[in-house]
Amino acid sequence: MNEMKQKNIESTKFDIPPELQGQVEITTIDKIYNWGRRSSIWPLMFGLACCAIEMICTAASRYDFARFGMEIMRPSPRQADLMIVAGTVTKKMIPQIVRLYNQMPEPKYVVAMGACASGGGPFKEGYNVVSGVDRYVPVDVYIPGCPPTPQALIHGLITLQRKIDTQSIKKVRWYSKEPIDAIPVPLLGPDVVDPRQNAIIREQAEKIIEQSETNAAGTAQVEQA
Amino acid sequence: MSEQTAIPVHEITPAADLAARFPGAVTVDTRKGYEGCIVDRDHLVEVATAVRDEFGYDYLSSVTGVDYLPEGMMEVVYHAYKTTGGPGLAFKAQTPRDDAVVPSLVAVYPGADLQEREAWDLLGIRFEGHPDLRRILMWEGFAGHPLRKDWKEPYFEEEGKPFKNRWPDGQVYRIEDKNPFDNNVQYPEGFDPAQFEVDDESLLYESLKRSIRGRDSALDTDVIMVNMGPQHPSTHGVFRVAVALEGEKIVALKPVMGYLHRNHEKIGERNTFLHNMPFTDRLDYLSSLSNNFGYALAVEKLMNIRPPERAEYLRVIMAELTRISNHLFAVGTFLNDLGAYFTPVLYAIEERELILDIFEATTGSRMMCNYFRFGGLTRDLPEGIAEKIRRLVYERLPRKIDELDLYLTNNEVVRSRTEGVGVLTPEQAIAYSTCGPVLRASGVPYDIRRAEPYSIYDRFDFDVAVRYHGDTYDRYLIRIDELRQSVRILQQAIKDLPEGPIQEGKPQYQVRVPAGEAYGRVEGPKGELGFYVISTGKPNPWRYHVRAPSFINLTGYEKMCVGNKVADVVAILGSIDIVLGETDR
Repeated sequence: MNEMKQKNIESTKFDIPPELQGQVEITTIDKIYNWGRRSSIWPLMFGLACCAIEMICTAASRYDFARFGMEIMRPSPRQADLMIVAGTVTKKMIPQIVRLYNQMPEPKYVVAMGACASGGGPFKEGYNVVSGVDRYVPVDVYIPGCPPTPQALIHGLITLQRKIDTQSIKKVRWYSKEPIDAIPVPLLGPDVVDPRQNAIIREQAEKIIEQSETNAAGTAQVEQA
Repeated sequence: MSEQTAIPVHEITPAADLAARFPGAVTVDTRKGYEGCIVDRDHLVEVATAVRDEFGYDYLSSVTGVDYLPEGMMEVVYHAYKTTGGPGLAFKAQTPRDDAVVPSLVAVYPGADLQEREAWDLLGIRFEGHPDLRRILMWEGFAGHPLRKDWKEPYFEEEGKPFKNRWPDGQVYRIEDKNPFDNNVQYPEGFDPAQFEVDDESLLYESLKRSIRGRDSALDTDVIMVNMGPQHPSTHGVFRVAVALEGEKIVALKPVMGYLHRNHEKIGERNTFLHNMPFTDRLDYLSSLSNNFGYALAVEKLMNIRPPERAEYLRVIMAELTRISNHLFAVGTFLNDLGAYFTPVLYAIEERELILDIFEATTGSRMMCNYFRFGGLTRDLPEGIAEKIRRLVYERLPRKIDELDLYLTNNEVVRSRTEGVGVLTPEQAIAYSTCGPVLRASGVPYDIRRAEPYSIYDRFDFDVAVRYHGDTYDRYLIRIDELRQSVRILQQAIKDLPEGPIQEGKPQYQVRVPAGEAYGRVEGPKGELGFYVISTGKPNPWRYHVRAPSFINLTGYEKMCVGNKVADVVAILGSIDIVLGETDR
């Protein structure tokens, strides 16, 4: 086995000086770059709800995601690579989540852990619940479960590592010439207002008035009946 | 007292007593299935003072509002108890719906503070005389009071579940498809996204400033406002505190919550009774089985059933295992907050995992167990689990608790950080309606398992853990004490575990709950967990309110913190042991 590897290394078409022979591996820049990053993903220490407890259990000795190079959880978004959105995202919290995401330096990844972060989960119908964090920030990996077991979380993180493996340094957004715009922070008015949706909101404003009129007429009829 | 002789002996209840004491102002609640009395709102403060001072109900457990839409009336329900034990007294104040005003009881029972704010926020009942009536769970400027029965959420489908099917034309639709924004939002008529008032939290800062005024300052320094959270590793979730500091000293502190408000009660009122069971798991997500217990008790009270013997024992076993796993976690994270980063948590989680294995084998889930049913349980213990529990409570846990005690209790850093910090006197602890370990660490031996025994707790031999200094150190010690007591209860319960059925009658998807109200409470790991349920005889509860211990324990948080150093904010918070799922619901 060792011999074979040795042979492979030495049989490259590159001219390797004799003193370095046997000590050099040749690979693509993408591979080494991705390997470096996938093995030291620092998650943001940031839990929202129930899933955060399972995240802590995953970090603890029994499941131990330090095995995948992720043990260094940073409380500051400035030092984090990965945001594990662990729990229900509420309207009151979404401005802070978007701000945290904007504060994270590139390259950055988002994992939506659990049903709530992926799509609202059991609380979807609630008036203060955002139907999935992907309405505001781009999500790389979704993990189903309520809450996902530590095994599921680890599987999700390995999936993220696989995704990182496929990235090409030529194409990733953080090396492109175009600037990356920050995501506009939602505002808390009579309900949460996503600035990107302003046009639709304005468009719907008139329709809503019409609808509420017809609705009012409808309920009046029901009451009479 | 002479008026009382007019009442027949069998009718002398505290409520009748109170009605006799205040003729005209207080009437006994005679609605079917209801208990307690109705107080004229103009005399509410006077009556409440008498309830506290003359009748001895010094502990106000729960305050909540109910919207009786068909009657055009709002009702505020108060549940008061005696800290010496025994059953409680419920009194209610009624107010018209369109002008809902009730006098505030904060002056009589300071523990009503946050709960009245919640009733204002969610139901729009104004409490006259409340010192700081702001919204608490939603933000200022949110349109409407969501728990009012005529308020509809953006994803509103029908009044009650089960909903009609979502594929009427052979084509499934999602509720988003019906919302014009394809999102969980709705705006008032004529809303313009270019100009509207964004909540700038000025009310919060004004309230902080009001608290600062009148301080006696030896130093001539500026007061600094510091916000901690909602994203902070020591807040146990998404809790936030706004602190005013003079140098290092805390002069005022306001808890800010609602960042995890996931509309438990509104969803609960749309759900059927049984639907709510898995939702209770997600209240205090560290101790789901205790939550199940409280809710099952409340509904069983309404249905007037009791589970079979074996189910009662299994309930106690599960609730006590939950308490152990919760307290282990609480001690671990508390040490985390003191700066012993992660190592104590690793020790605590190691034991907790063993308990979670038992839960997973029995209920199918590690955390969200959904195990209790009205009149029983979902399933029996699988083979070998009783033996596993026996080994755990007789051999492993006692040793491990001693180990934790040995490593932590006399640690110099722990002691110097916690002794004499965040003191709450017994009088304050009762006045602020704190409960559970916080109350007992202040020298009030009030434990519902003893004070008003539910289930079969009266059969077990255990001590009510109590400590007398009321500081952060005692709040840590009491958890170690309670761990030992829980192990004691478990040892007895697993020894006496009888054979037999685990469900009264046939398991039902749709339970029939007679009309009426019930307040079921259990001693959860965090404190008194109460469920106030009103049924109108329909499949869905009319009102479903959770008296959350984590939430109400925070009422006294400012009192504990003021005068201490800024670093103690996290230590004291860690010693209260809150869980945000329950605080914000």
